[in-house]
Amino acid sequence: MARKLLLEHINVPGINTYDVYRSKGGYASVEKALKTLSPEDVVEEVKKSGLRGRGGAGFPTGMKWSFLAKPEGVARYLVCNADESEPGTFKDRYLMTYIPHLLIEGMIVASYALGAKVSYIYVRGEMMPQIRILEKAIAEAKNAGFLGKNILGTGYDLELYVQPGGGAYICGEETALLESLEGKRGNPRIKPPFPAIAGLYGCPTVVNNVESIAAVVPIINDGGDEYAKIGIGRSTGTKLISAGGNVKKPGVYEIDLGLPAEEFLYSDEYCGGIANGKRLKAVVAGGSSVPILPANLFLKTISNEARLMSYESLSDGGFATGTMMGSGGFIAFDEDQCIVRNTWNFTRFYSHESCGQCSPCREGTGWMEKVLHRLENGHGKMSDMDLLVDVSKKIEGNTICPLGDAAAWPVASAIRHFRDEFEWHVTNAATAVTRNYGIAHYADPLVIAEKAG
Amino acid sequence: MLKVEHTQEPVEFSADLLSKFADKVSRYPEGKQKSALLPILHDVQAELGWLSPVAMDKVAAYLNIEPIEVYEVATFYTMYLLRPQGKYLLEVCRTGPCCLVGAEKIMDHLEQKLGVKEGEVTADGLFSWRGVECLAACGFGPVLQIGPEYTFYENLTPDSVDQLISDLTAKANN
Repeated sequence: MARKLLLEHINVPGINTYDVYRSKGGYASVEKALKTLSPEDVVEEVKKSGLRGRGGAGFPTGMKWSFLAKPEGVARYLVCNADESEPGTFKDRYLMTYIPHLLIEGMIVASYALGAKVSYIYVRGEMMPQIRILEKAIAEAKNAGFLGKNILGTGYDLELYVQPGGGAYICGEETALLESLEGKRGNPRIKPPFPAIAGLYGCPTVVNNVESIAAVVPIINDGGDEYAKIGIGRSTGTKLISAGGNVKKPGVYEIDLGLPAEEFLYSDEYCGGIANGKRLKAVVAGGSSVPILPANLFLKTISNEARLMSYESLSDGGFATGTMMGSGGFIAFDEDQCIVRNTWNFTRFYSHESCGQCSPCREGTGWMEKVLHRLENGHGKMSDMDLLVDVSKKIEGNTICPLGDAAAWPVASAIRHFRDEFEWHVTNAATAVTRNYGIAHYADPLVIAEKAG
Repeated sequence: MLKVEHTQEPVEFSADLLSKFADKVSRYPEGKQKSALLPILHDVQAELGWLSPVAMDKVAAYLNIEPIEVYEVATFYTMYLLRPQGKYLLEVCRTGPCCLVGAEKIMDHLEQKLGVKEGEVTADGLFSWRGVECLAACGFGPVLQIGPEYTFYENLTPDSVDQLISDLTAKANN
């Protein structure tokens, strides 16, 4: 069994309280960082760890920190992105619910490293129970001297606040989140300037995902080098995967990056296979935005190697035959699921959540939703598939923020891999309304490509 | 189209509510009190059940910002309710992962059970329901939430929904 760094104590009764958390070694990283390390040392450890942003983009956290501008006399901010809204992802909710002090501890160390005196945790508004949990944890930490003025007698001051969102997927985009935190609509900003230069209130700001911040705790406790020993290649450390859809045991699992995808899906330690004795049809491996893969391509890469749960292996083959790690929102589809219906559902989501700033996204997501709706309901045309790909290509890359790409990829990939199922919806329109296409050939062994030359 | 209720009925904010406002404003640097807008709107909605134009104007006055700055936020974010709802607004996740495990059936069941369409209020004023986008509980679907506490109900079945409705009805009638 793999070592757990974040969820090691998740099943300890009362771990959500300060006393129990502290008795399990909690807040040791704050003591170590504030008493024995300089802020630069902390940044260096995080760089050495190879930690990559766990929110979806996978950008190296230590590097992001080192970009933070430090002009004299200007406040700097750390903002934790807890606006978890990517369909398929529920790891941050889990972490904040059961082990809130881990996030608080990480926030203190990270704020110290960045020189922030006030930090915010922006939690999506729907997570009011988690907001209450975090506020209680903050009060406990403050009471114990880990927040407020002169923390542990080191002279470092930090106030930590929880900010609720208002219900908008777009606020998971870091500049939209900052707009929202300033009390405005969540319209993403044009970059540059990046938040590291001009973020919250125009001040230098770092925005990090909940899981990235939590990972700072074991990195400081054990050292960046130790953390980097876990995982494979540039995918270091452990990752929380939210497993949902038609798996036998849905839930949040902490895996060592590099775990074989087949083991993750079928072993009893993790998902336990597909529920109700059904077979696997398709997988969305990293949240609804990432390309969907048919079963065979999820389990093996096009070069017939076992697919691993790592940033590199999941994207092996590019978008032609691969996907992305994304946020770790793992959605399995069994043989009874309809890819067209699901693609329509995801597209409705993006159409609903588009902020409306950029025409390609605002209009394009709506068009795709309408075309997919007619396909699913038996009114589609054979030309619709090319139309959808065409529209998706005109959204992708033409918007201020990545929501456009996130809306385009699921559509393009569904048609790329499941075109025959889309065509069947046109040729068998009457049947398609009442019955699904089934598993077809999507689970068949891959055709081994002949080696070139 | 967004349905907005335009009543001009006067609104009073309680002392308790005003002290919550002050606590929220204290969390931001001087002059950045607009940051408190989203949290304050949640507080108002929790007390009044929805955001009337008069209530929004009062929030604008409190924060020393223009009313339009409040309206644009209240209409952008989906959690803010711009017309009165049932005492219990049941918000069911309608996004992909929940649909893989039966969310659509739950919504059909709710519509049948309550006898009102999405967005409508039952005759007794107790219930309304709507589909909402992903609630980040994909492993425990189908799910629904009920404000203002945003309590979560997971792994829903038609039976558990019936039970929930009868529990809430009993609670309201007590």
